[in-house]
Amino acid sequence: MNDQPVIEIENLWKSFGTNQVLKGFTMNLFTGENVVVMGKSGSGKSVLIKCIIGLLPVDSGKLMVLGKSIPELNQKELDRLRMDVGFQFQGSALYDSMTVRENLEFPLRRHPEKLQGLDRNKLVEEALENVGLAHAIDMMPAELSGGMKKRVALARTIIMRPKIILYDEPTSGLDPVTGKEISYLMNAIKEMYNASSIIITHDLACAHITGNRMIILHDGINYAEATYDALSKSPNEPVKAFFE
Amino acid sequence: MAGMRTLKTYFAETGEITLFTARYFREFLFPPYEFRELLRQCFLIGNKSLALVSITGFIMGVVLTLQTRPTLVEFGAESWMPAMVGIAIVREIGPVVTALICAGKIGSGIGAELASMKVTEQIDAMEVSGTNPFKYLVITRVTACILMLPVLVILSDFVSLIGSAIVEHLKGGVSFQLYFSNVFEYLKFGDLIPSVSKLFFFGLAIGIIGCYKGFTSKKGTEGVGRTANSAVVISSMLVFVLDFIAVLITDIFYEL
Repeated sequence: MNDQPVIEIENLWKSFGTNQVLKGFTMNLFTGENVVVMGKSGSGKSVLIKCIIGLLPVDSGKLMVLGKSIPELNQKELDRLRMDVGFQFQGSALYDSMTVRENLEFPLRRHPEKLQGLDRNKLVEEALENVGLAHAIDMMPAELSGGMKKRVALARTIIMRPKIILYDEPTSGLDPVTGKEISYLMNAIKEMYNASSIIITHDLACAHITGNRMIILHDGINYAEATYDALSKSPNEPVKAFFE
Repeated sequence: MAGMRTLKTYFAETGEITLFTARYFREFLFPPYEFRELLRQCFLIGNKSLALVSITGFIMGVVLTLQTRPTLVEFGAESWMPAMVGIAIVREIGPVVTALICAGKIGSGIGAELASMKVTEQIDAMEVSGTNPFKYLVITRVTACILMLPVLVILSDFVSLIGSAIVEHLKGGVSFQLYFSNVFEYLKFGDLIPSVSKLFFFGLAIGIIGCYKGFTSKKGTEGVGRTANSAVVISSMLVFVLDFIAVLITDIFYEL
């Protein structure tokens, strides 16, 4: 970890009609760290990471990713930046009509410059080996279990060797054992690719395993921020509620 | 009050579809071009509708001939049968019926596919991987509809005429050679121009409505079914409206 933030968010506001979701949210993500963001359902956690990747426009506030201000980027610049930011969707979001291999090849075909002279097949095989699914290369997403889908989605994210990975509830819908496997895999990937991550989760085990730091998103703001151990001992009611 | 709201929604949606169509033409012109996906969509749209279009085309030709024959025989005008069936199928029945079948099969398929991609965040996943989902999903599907509909209609027309020729052969002892030479004697090249021209608009309407409905689908998985349904209803209605306009315009040229 170093002192250089890869994501800087300051006083971020986002609303949907009259529903104010983020009300001046502030946080930083530093190189090589995993930050877990927890909050109640509908508190704006997924909205936060969708704003970071530029899927949702922000109302106001500072939002810098890898030194670039997201609200000021045009579509081309945003697409270029997205090559360095991976996004793991809650439901895996694998392309139904493509095999696992084609799913992994898809971002590489769009951005051949990411290949850097390497063989596309080799990169696909390597990414699948890293998530322990080399045997599933020619399977269709419909043939995969929930855990396997999450792993393939992770492989599709890391194949671009992103500097930042945004995880939207990476263990949701999985049994506790598979959930832990995915959490450890996320740690392994962080070590392998030296990626920084924001992890949105409700899963305490996942938060404990993966998080270097934890943020409680409550009432649209960064309500509390500390390590998992420190927050779990907090006497503050809204914070305590997550650990009970 | 409710009526006003419905009217407002109708106009708002019409405006959105118009903007969606304008975006199609704007983005169609500029790279990157997704040729691979376009070819895949052409294959899917053409190949998957082949059997359906052929069967309905054949039945259409057979039924039209069987239904018309007694009346023409009564007036001693059965020799007009090939010309009448040929002109009716090529100018009007072939394009409209095939377009309606495609609105049902292709329009609903595109709508449901894109809606389910939206629900499962696949469209967002495409966007975060630096791909323009409009170019990859919409431009390719709409263009494939425009390109493949004429092919399907030509096939349907041909199979319809074969169906009609078989009935004429069995009922009236007309040889296939005589039947088709009679068809082509009365069928002018000018008959093809309006029927092929309107196919461009039919294909555009089917593709645009399917994609628009899929792209703007709401209400989760429930919305997928609704999307498929409304894509079929609106594109079928548009096929009739466009055909009506095309016939009016063609009529002006025939009168000149």
